[in-house]
Amino acid sequence: MADMYQLSSASLDALFAAISASGRRILAPTDRDGRSELNPVTSPSQVAKDYVQTALSAKDTVFPKVERLLSYTLAPGQVDLADAEPQAVPTVVFGIRPCEAGGFQALDAVFNWDTRDRFFNARMEQLTVIGMGCTRRDDACFCTSVGGGPGSAKGSDILLTPTAGGYLAEVLTPKGEAIRALAPEAFKPAAGADRSMLVEVPARFDQPALTAKLPALFDSPLWAEQSLRCVGCGACAFVCPTCVCFDIQEEADAKSGRRLRAWDSCGYHMFTLHASGHNPRETQGQRWRQRVYHKFSYYPERYGMLGCVGCGKCTRACPVDMNLQEHLLEASQA
Amino acid sequence: MELREKAKQLLESGDVKAVLGFEPGTHGARRPAFARSAARAERLVHDGEQNLASYVTRKEVKRMGRVAVAAKAPVLRALLQLMAERQIKEQDVLPLAVDAAGQVKELATAQEMEEHLALEAQAIPPADRELMDRLNGMTRQERWAFWQKELSRCIKCYACRNSCPMCYCDHCTMDCNRPQWVPVPSHALGNLEYHMVRAMHLAGRCVECGDCGRACPVGIPIHLLTFNAEESVHAQFGQKAGASSKLDYALSTFRPDDKETFIR
Amino acid sequence: MTEPFEPKITAFVCNWCTYAGADLTGTSRIKYQSNVRVLRLPCTGRIDFMLLAKAFARGADGIIISGCHPNDCHYTSGNYHARRRWMIYRNLMDFMGIDTQRITFSWVSAAEGAKWAELVNEVTTSIRAMGPYAEYKELAAAGVE
Repeated sequence: MADMYQLSSASLDALFAAISASGRRILAPTDRDGRSELNPVTSPSQVAKDYVQTALSAKDTVFPKVERLLSYTLAPGQVDLADAEPQAVPTVVFGIRPCEAGGFQALDAVFNWDTRDRFFNARMEQLTVIGMGCTRRDDACFCTSVGGGPGSAKGSDILLTPTAGGYLAEVLTPKGEAIRALAPEAFKPAAGADRSMLVEVPARFDQPALTAKLPALFDSPLWAEQSLRCVGCGACAFVCPTCVCFDIQEEADAKSGRRLRAWDSCGYHMFTLHASGHNPRETQGQRWRQRVYHKFSYYPERYGMLGCVGCGKCTRACPVDMNLQEHLLEASQA
Repeated sequence: MELREKAKQLLESGDVKAVLGFEPGTHGARRPAFARSAARAERLVHDGEQNLASYVTRKEVKRMGRVAVAAKAPVLRALLQLMAERQIKEQDVLPLAVDAAGQVKELATAQEMEEHLALEAQAIPPADRELMDRLNGMTRQERWAFWQKELSRCIKCYACRNSCPMCYCDHCTMDCNRPQWVPVPSHALGNLEYHMVRAMHLAGRCVECGDCGRACPVGIPIHLLTFNAEESVHAQFGQKAGASSKLDYALSTFRPDDKETFIR
Repeated sequence: MTEPFEPKITAFVCNWCTYAGADLTGTSRIKYQSNVRVLRLPCTGRIDFMLLAKAFARGADGIIISGCHPNDCHYTSGNYHARRRWMIYRNLMDFMGIDTQRITFSWVSAAEGAKWAELVNEVTTSIRAMGPYAEYKELAAAGVE
């Protein structure tokens, strides 16, 4: 359904203005002390120019780091319970990388698996993704090894590919079309599909072969060895566009309370601790193995897709450089 | 003798079961590395920044047996503090100090470690000193605005806590939920309270390695909070973490004549 | 018609000295402003620094912490440990931008009924002038979608 247009850099001002005027907020990567992070912007001049990726992913737009599920007040003999309404603000996320855009489907697989998560869905419905193809990469990127690429359209409603003077704009979904319709003069017909500015991302390892091999590697000492330096924090899980584990916390006193959902990580040592005291994943090696298997073995088996988009955010965020593609390459050669 | 040679020698003689050092990692950075064979020792270098002492209290590492650790000053301080807090014994670890020429010196006893430390000038890095001074020069409201902005980005991943050699509690206060004393979710109050608690739990124990700040995936200068607590202890009580293998913890000791200016 | 602001002051006091001293204030019929809510603990040494932070989070505009004079602690050294803790925590709070002017630490003995009244009156008047601790209240509600 891709309709191709040319969007000049100069016409971004008009596009942003039209989006803001329609009542949508715009989130885009902005510069901060040499890092880039997703922040609300009103003008294209605020958008970071020269960056590979943001440290955190855009999953926060549909799966925030903390959100309210319900609240209640208590009085003698009475409980007043109120479901929280998801704070789904109409949002356009502009300029996230194709790898990240591809992560939304992995979130959707879990949030719409058996129960339809109304918080995720309410936010997803209000979200339009304008992805930005990559002209730069770094050593942590491995999108092409997991079915993605610097120009991949997966997950984007409009995909922008940088060209001289602007962007090739592919309108891919009805949501994308709704955005185009806000500023139709900005979208000129495209002369052709010029993707020459996209960077090359060499394939690092054979993922289908690895996925096929993983069941046999379950008891390998490899996982304990690889995770010796892992400190068991949640950095990788929290920056990951596809990681979806959450904790439910109740914060209450004698008069009122609220139930919150917050990000959780399978890397934490108490993640699988049972009330009996037994912990099926007692060692960091078991927890590291779980991370790899969940993304590369259980996700394909259960949802027919990978739980990893090869963005490399985990590798960059990790305090001790648990370089995922390096570990996967080693596993595929084991 | 250089680190690789020394590591091979120690592993081959069976003196230690593993040598903790560094190896080259992504984008040219250094990362912790465990050498348990002469072959792995080939890649060891000593010039990484992470505080390797955070590994010596882990079950998986303790099970290995005696380990050697490439030890810059903050690592030595951390190891001494861990000995003082009875988390490791002198004989469990063999610190390897590496001098400017790359030559390794074994520091087999706490005393040798203390003596070695006494020779090294220790100050927090100039960039951190500058930021601390700038913060201390701000008004209270400016500092509030600064920390609120920084802490709003915290995602409660605990990279800071888990990288810290002094955060070795099996059940951290954050893990205890009866009652949930400090909120887990990363809302504004939860972030403020967590970092406040961590800084206080480290006051008098922080060895000023800065690992917590380096570990933060979103770049919050969180190490400045523990630095503040540690400097406060040192300035007011003269005690310093990691100076000795004998415990001298400011918050479990006191002097009847401790001087303050604010109690009516 | 809006009501004038009346501050909420939370007081953490030790059972043996300040609580008894506050009791003496009452039995001596000394009047003092009633904005203070007194929380009794066995000793100032038991005061977890987080209690102060939580008082602010729950809506306190000002805090009083008070116990036995040094050398007079019912448990011998609890107040010495408390003093050390406060010396560090107060600096940390100030460094983080929390308004330490809203926190008053004092030694009030069981015989100092008048001192307690004077302390509470001064603190209440001063906090009333500072106004509500709005920043902290906003913080306590913020950051949840």
